[in-house]
Amino acid sequence: MADPDSAYILAAVARRLDLSTRRLFLRQALGLGTLGLLSGCKVVDGLGAEQALSGMNDFNDRVQAWLFDPMRRAREYPESAITRPFPFNSFYSPNTPDLAPEIDLAGWVLNVTGRVERKADWTLPRLYDLPRFTQITRHICIEGWSAIGKWTGVRLSYFLQRVGADMRARYVTFRCDDEYVTSIDMATALHPQTQLCLWMDDQILSRRHGFPVKLRVPTKLGFKNAKHVGEIEVGNDYTGGYWETYGYNWHSGL
Amino acid sequence: MTIHPGLVRLTHWINAAAMTVMVMSGWAIHNAAPIAPFAFPAAITLGGGLIGALQWHFAAMWVLVANGGLYLVHGMVTGRLRCRLFPVSLQAVFADGLAALRGRLRHDDLAAYNGVQRLLYAGVILLGLAAVVSGLAIWKPVQFGWLTALLGDFDNARIVHFIAMAGIVAFAAIHVPMALLFPRSLRAMIFGR
Repeated sequence: MADPDSAYILAAVARRLDLSTRRLFLRQALGLGTLGLLSGCKVVDGLGAEQALSGMNDFNDRVQAWLFDPMRRAREYPESAITRPFPFNSFYSPNTPDLAPEIDLAGWVLNVTGRVERKADWTLPRLYDLPRFTQITRHICIEGWSAIGKWTGVRLSYFLQRVGADMRARYVTFRCDDEYVTSIDMATALHPQTQLCLWMDDQILSRRHGFPVKLRVPTKLGFKNAKHVGEIEVGNDYTGGYWETYGYNWHSGL
Repeated sequence: MTIHPGLVRLTHWINAAAMTVMVMSGWAIHNAAPIAPFAFPAAITLGGGLIGALQWHFAAMWVLVANGGLYLVHGMVTGRLRCRLFPVSLQAVFADGLAALRGRLRHDDLAAYNGVQRLLYAGVILLGLAAVVSGLAIWKPVQFGWLTALLGDFDNARIVHFIAMAGIVAFAAIHVPMALLFPRSLRAMIFGR
């Protein structure tokens, strides 16, 4: 951002954004500066390139929705392939399980909101009573690393049916007890491997891996697998998510 | 006589730009969870970090594939690829390579590629294809699961993708100095002759 004029314009635009979007905006504007720095001149107009990349990001959402085959399953692995210990990763920093929320089960419920017929809150024992299935699948992080884990829990499509969710709604949003938010498309929510995970590696889900409920969705990147889910909302309005606000691709299908 | 038709020149330069964006943003993506025992210096990466780099990478990939596809279809339909690049003979590679090192390789006819050129140009096309195929395998390891399995699963597909990149960069490290060393060839790729 060597050019004082463009720096002024960027700062002026940034002031009109809310805090998290502003941080993202400035961070990315800085990223664009690298190219200008290398070539010794401004080869791309910062705001123009930003818009173009954002447009391509939306285009990629549509391509991925089109590519998504609701019947195609993520590969399942044998027990011997499981990664132990399973890596810990958080959206908050420092990246340490010490900061994972401590859930007080006394008052804990899973809220179901939005376009559903039965909005009754779910206690953990009721969730434990639902039919469960196990998957050994690969968790792929947007950073490039991956790990194979064993997850047991309730099929999300079964749960949505049970609460009388509007299956023609567009989005399912997950709000978490550590303030994390993400959302997925209904097609993926109804995929047979998409799971409300309650057990990991035959143990009750640990605090570090998302106790008491984690979304396990092996057809999407790791950051879509929200931990400590406290609310599931079914709706038609785009809700985005924490990382999506920073510019990670929303669909992020695998 | 035109050495490079307009479409070849256009796709060449679009490819050069798209490939540069892919490689530099790819380096930033690699740095988020390196598989090589080193990280690429931030100063030579594009995107300012993982988020911006992914946006560049997943935008430029469409340009790379559309442009590369156009080049290949044109080259196959007109027969230009076959007549310029084949056969690739190892004997010619060694003979012409040695002659080049002794400064005795002639470049009178820019339309006739010597053995080393044929190897490099045919090779970089294959590397480009390998980069696209392995990229597809790590972008969509469920939807194109068969492809990911073919490359030895996700982690291996990442390594294949990295090696393809390294090969393309190695090609550029030879190709760009050579083009600058023989300005007539550079001129031909800009003006056609």
